Amino acid sequence: MKNFNGKILFLDRSDINTDEIIPAKYLTEITKEALKPNLLEDLKLDTFNPESDIQGKNIIITRENFGCGSSREHAPWALEVNNINLVIAVNFARIFKQNMFNNGMMAIELDKPVIDDLFKVFSGKETTLTTDMDRNIFLLQTDGAKKEISFSLSQFDRELVMAGGWVNYADSRY
Amino acid sequence: MGKTIAEKIFDAHLVDNPSGDMHVIKLDAVFCHEITTPIAINDLVSRKKDRVFDAAKIKAVIDHVTPAKDSKTAMQGKIMREWARRQHIKDFFDIGRNGVCHALFPEKGFVRPGYTVIMGDSHTCTHGAFGAFAAGVGTTDLEVGILKGVCAFHYPKTIKVNINGERPEGVYAKDIILSVIGRLGVNGATGNVIEFTGSAVEKMSMEERMTLCNMAIEAGGTSGICYPDMVTVNYLWDFIKDSYFSKDAALKAFKKWHSDSDASYTEVINHDISELKPLTTFGYKPDQLKEVTEMETVKVDQVYIGSCTNGRIEDLRAAAKVLEGQHINDTVRGILAPATPGVYKQALKEGLIDIFMDAGFCVTNPTCGACLGMSNGVLASGEICASTTNRNFNGRMGKGGMIHLMSPASAAATAINGFISTEHDIKEGGNIH
Repeated sequence: MKNFNGKILFLDRSDINTDEIIPAKYLTEITKEALKPNLLEDLKLDTFNPESDIQGKNIIITRENFGCGSSREHAPWALEVNNINLVIAVNFARIFKQNMFNNGMMAIELDKPVIDDLFKVFSGKETTLTTDMDRNIFLLQTDGAKKEISFSLSQFDRELVMAGGWVNYADSRY
Repeated sequence: MGKTIAEKIFDAHLVDNPSGDMHVIKLDAVFCHEITTPIAINDLVSRKKDRVFDAAKIKAVIDHVTPAKDSKTAMQGKIMREWARRQHIKDFFDIGRNGVCHALFPEKGFVRPGYTVIMGDSHTCTHGAFGAFAAGVGTTDLEVGILKGVCAFHYPKTIKVNINGERPEGVYAKDIILSVIGRLGVNGATGNVIEFTGSAVEKMSMEERMTLCNMAIEAGGTSGICYPDMVTVNYLWDFIKDSYFSKDAALKAFKKWHSDSDASYTEVINHDISELKPLTTFGYKPDQLKEVTEMETVKVDQVYIGSCTNGRIEDLRAAAKVLEGQHINDTVRGILAPATPGVYKQALKEGLIDIFMDAGFCVTNPTCGACLGMSNGVLASGEICASTTNRNFNGRMGKGGMIHLMSPASAAATAINGFISTEHDIKEGGNIH
């Protein structure tokens, strides 16, 4: 199973599309590793600097419809090679979400008021998140604040995470 | 309780129900292109599973960057080519026979009513125009599709969009789908199939229905879908005539892929187009729309006509009708990419290519190229493009470029005037620059 713990990158915008996550010009790469320097380089978000803000982060918390647009799995791969295996949002575009779980990564949806609250309490502060897969709980911690958030994960998605992705899962069953 | 067409297709293809509403379904076709397939091929090789579930059900094309523009894209093509050869994939379309996948594969008759289709490309939803469930997927889903012929989806929910009303002159399928996206929003259909019905859809050609279904993904939809009817039968007839005694017999068989009248929907939207005006986008999302006439102060640097949305023969005819006897503005670069060799040849035959070239357009080979900023018309920072494509995302056609989506007729008018225009501006005012 992949690592779902670490420091959080807050991206305060909805509808972040896959062209912003990894621009199409890098789709000519045939290895995942090659995508590493270009993650989120076209993101339209004033407060964000891809050069300095990604390094050392392991989790993204963002708003609505993350990963809309192209079906490119290069989007989750670009996250994966930057050691980001978990994205938390109000909701996701279908293909992006499936691509995450297909790689044994997680795209977890939380209610909008919960996300609003996480932005309010933790955004702008160095925050770590720990995932408890047995109890379906995220523990967020920063200086002076600590919060437990429960999340839901379908049985199928959990099995994909445990199997390390859809190829392993499908190959053992079909 | 009746079923929707998508539910009927799922029930007819069910392989497994691993948990909850996840359905693993059997695939009738797996489409592949050179951007998302090579990594799947390499992964299969490294897993020592370099095989395909059924070579006849796999269709492959090199379309996104063709001819190759550099060593990397040449390598992607090489991986595809060698894989197609060693796996005996008969329907592989390389240089000279290749075109934009979602225009080429329908032209070849590869999609039939009731089919399940996946491809590592979000605009796969286009093929739902034939009454199929067709969904874009990532490379891992594609890889499992190639290897096992199955894919997992949530059991489909459906939003039904009833499109009614007389279509005003100068309003095209592109304007209609933009108006639907404007109404639903960019994630208004996430997790849903969008079923397009109503008198306006019944009157549409297959090409127009493909334009409609093509942009279902821009509202988050899993697949667009239209009911198969005599228009569908006529389009497919050359490919299916040996299977059916008559067109009526084919129609009767296809009718099982209509939703039941008591099927249940997430939402039913009645969408009247009788007052619709030509539309264009103004921001970085396809649901940010204005009437073209509200945008006429915007000057453009480039006009691009092509893509899986609007690169088919009817699109070229609509644009050529506006361009005939005209010349594009000196400040504009006009680029036409017919979507397939078939479209290109037909346009030559009809004299359309002459019209485009006489008007000052550059005509490129069929490719996805410029639509996603890969080749053949990439924008410089600060440049503006009027485009018949499907996405106006930030940086999509080149870093720092701005895209205004519109119909081919509006794009042609814009090329002539040098600023965003409708075909009425040309017809009524002539070349007004």
